[in-house]
Amino acid sequence: MVTLYIDDIQVSVEKGSTIFDAAQKVGVYIPTLCHHPELHTFGGCRVCMVEANGKLVTACRAPVTDGMVVRIDAEGARKVQRMVVELLLTKHNEDCQTCVKDSNCKLQEVANYVGITPERMAMLRRSVTEVEIDESNPFFNIDRTRCILCGICIRTCEEINGVTALDFGFRGEHTAVVTMGNKKLAESTCESCGECMERCPTGALARKNYERPNREVKSVCGYCGVGCGIHLGVRGDRVVSVRGDKDNPVNKGQLCVKGRFGYNFVNHPDRLTTPLIKRDGELVEASWDEALDLVASRFKEIIDESGPNALGGISSARCTTEDNYVFTRLIRSLGTNNLDHCARL
Amino acid sequence: MAGLATVLGSGAMTNTIGEVEDAKAIFVIGSNTTENHPIIGYRIRKAVKKGARLIVADPREIRLADVADVYLPLKPGTDVALINGMLHVILKEGLVDSEFIASRTEGFEDMKAAVEKYTPEYASEISGVPAEDIVRAARLYAGADSATILYTMGVTQHTSGTENVLSLANLVLATGNFGKPGAGLNPLRGQNNVQGACDMGALPGVYTGYQPVADDNARAKFEKAWCVTLPGKPGMTMTEMFHAAVEDRIRAMYIMGENPLLSDPDGGHICDCLEKMDFMVVQDIFLTETAKLADVVLPAATFAEKDGVFVNTERRVQRVCRALKPRGQSKPDWEIIQLLAQKLGYDWNYESAEQIFDEIAELTPSYAGLSYKRLEDGGIQWPCPNPEHPGTPILHVGKFSRGLGKFSAVDYRLSAEQADEEFPILLTTGRSLYHYHTGTMTRKTEGLNQFHKEELMELNPEDAKALGIGEDDIVTVTSRRGTVRSKVHVTDRIQPGVVFMTFHFAETAANLLTNSEVCHIAKTPELKVCAVRVEKA
Ligand code: SF4
Ligand code: SF4
Ligand code: SF4
Repeated sequence: MVTLYIDDIQVSVEKGSTIFDAAQKVGVYIPTLCHHPELHTFGGCRVCMVEANGKLVTACRAPVTDGMVVRIDAEGARKVQRMVVELLLTKHNEDCQTCVKDSNCKLQEVANYVGITPERMAMLRRSVTEVEIDESNPFFNIDRTRCILCGICIRTCEEINGVTALDFGFRGEHTAVVTMGNKKLAESTCESCGECMERCPTGALARKNYERPNREVKSVCGYCGVGCGIHLGVRGDRVVSVRGDKDNPVNKGQLCVKGRFGYNFVNHPDRLTTPLIKRDGELVEASWDEALDLVASRFKEIIDESGPNALGGISSARCTTEDNYVFTRLIRSLGTNNLDHCARL
Repeated sequence: MAGLATVLGSGAMTNTIGEVEDAKAIFVIGSNTTENHPIIGYRIRKAVKKGARLIVADPREIRLADVADVYLPLKPGTDVALINGMLHVILKEGLVDSEFIASRTEGFEDMKAAVEKYTPEYASEISGVPAEDIVRAARLYAGADSATILYTMGVTQHTSGTENVLSLANLVLATGNFGKPGAGLNPLRGQNNVQGACDMGALPGVYTGYQPVADDNARAKFEKAWCVTLPGKPGMTMTEMFHAAVEDRIRAMYIMGENPLLSDPDGGHICDCLEKMDFMVVQDIFLTETAKLADVVLPAATFAEKDGVFVNTERRVQRVCRALKPRGQSKPDWEIIQLLAQKLGYDWNYESAEQIFDEIAELTPSYAGLSYKRLEDGGIQWPCPNPEHPGTPILHVGKFSRGLGKFSAVDYRLSAEQADEEFPILLTTGRSLYHYHTGTMTRKTEGLNQFHKEELMELNPEDAKALGIGEDDIVTVTSRRGTVRSKVHVTDRIQPGVVFMTFHFAETAANLLTNSEVCHIAKTPELKVCAVRVEKA
């Protein structure tokens, strides 16, 4: 263990920890932009600058040493932080109101921390250049006028899902997040999992047609056998979002494109909403009683005429375990074991 | 999963998804993991970054092949030859775990005799995989401290599906890769709750927890619980039922949440069977192709509108929670089944899914310790025999469910259908990242359609040239059972002599072509190999 002092608070941490780790441990806020707890440290944004033993260092990278004296709000550190943020703001889109991240944005948070006033903000932002938004992906856009080049999306795509669809392209002031060969997102190797979008600290990578849910319900993805834990976002009588459940041991918050974006079928107008009975070759609406009476009487007739083995039941790998259980109970109770589902398919 | 149950006593994934990340070697065979089980695909890529060696065997050069140490492009249906070839190398080079074989297995000598003739050269001749790659794969797999095998339908959907699984089990047994972390033999189940449906005995021969219907004690237990007399003879599988329908032996069918018209082999035949049926009930969330043929259609609720549990591919029982009330008059499936049971004169009174679950736990030893309360945080993996039991992440630790692990002597057999003059190309089928099964759900999301809105049959450039077919051309694909039209994508990710299609699209239903010939043990249809002819339309 190594013991150090952060703004006079004594803290002991494992050897090899960073100043940022130590500050987190005692609940001391250090602003960051490019740091993400699930990803490797990049150390590129420099807003986590602090003074350690009299020298300016980036807290996310600097390892702790025994007896180290750290000052968070040192004059020199503040200067660097302010400079970094102002520089980002001069190139940043001026319209926060229409941004999905408004009031939930890391850049706003840090700008606020370094004390940028609205007047100063307005002054800084005169020189934003127009860059076309890449809207090719059906689920999320990339608006480079809101990008702060933190690289979180790039590291996510490499470290979280191993797709490595993104990288920094161009140089100097033209640096931008690009796909391989600078293709549009939809034409790139991107698999649309949306992991980068979930982690983007600003509104640069933003969900299309985002609707904030009124409430969330913890459940499990209904698609493949991985069984990812999800939070279903509900607004009124519709599912409007799906978020990975970070506490679920299977997916630890991650989702694939189907799980994260493929929920429209729940609200779809083509859903069956009433029982149907075939009359003269046409399926027509019927009441539950009519439909179930017909099924019961036909099943009975056929069993009476040809025995229970003239009946077969196909259960479902998509329904719940409980649905399957009662289905097997019914079919077997009727006297047949002609029972299967599509496990083999 | 009959194969696994025979040799180990249990047919589920032996290890957990999380462990994949820490495996030292990973052998992926017949599984396009990054598209079909994306989150597991991420874990594999992560493991590779951490230094795991990756072996990929698939007729298509799937994305994972890009990061593999060895890619084995085997001809469809030659899995046994390839795996026996690897076993041959492992035995010859002494890469076996002798202690494990001696203390925990039986039948080693039989297996040894059976793989004797599968020299890498012989295996190569059959599978089309270069002999030196078979040797490399064998060394990488057997040389690792812990090696895991992941497989799916690419292995089981063959007439020799069970043999394929048995030979994989041989590989795991010979190298002692059972009962420890980062190892095992792991079938990845395709649909969200295949495991749960199997566990509940939605199968012809078993009740919940795989208790045989033919076992008098098991039957007596369920007769008592359900207050009925139950038949002791196993019933028909789905494929057998469809065949029986043609002969009038099956006259009525109750189909819940399935679309066999698209998902099952030889779709033309199935359509005939369903039309021939005297009475058919389909219960689903949409008017599927199958539902259109029904006499009665019952509207069901989606997973977002009901309570219950799903059991994932690693045997984890997890809670599904109701977020919305069911659309219109639709109802959760169990409620519909109960209403029907009542109409049929049974005295059923379930008030909630939880009450049903408690009954399941009472009747099922492997679920006995589970309750909704215990499942709240991340679920529990069965077997979980009592309320204090933490669940079982790794199966076969110290001992197999059947006692000793059994080696099997497995020989390569030809697939039911071979390429010939009339049908010179092999068709193999699968899924895409953007769709699910017959597309009933995913095709309702516009964005998913944008990526994959129609079938794009994969064709090797060599074959394309020979047939005078170019990118995006429309072709007809004909098998002994039917013809479909499809657009073509020319790519060398598929080997010459083989084409690939999905079965997500009703308008180009690949399963009109496939063969319903089944694996003689597990009764899994041979969806992965069928002979076709491709012509420019
Ligand atoms: S797009 Fe978002 S995550 Fe990516 S570099 Fe820009 S701000 Fe960071
Ligand atoms: S959506 Fe997923 S695959 Fe695409 S760039 Fe983002 S992280 Fe990478
Ligand atoms: S999110 Fe993707 S990987 Fe996870 S269960 Fe759903 S479909 Fe499968």
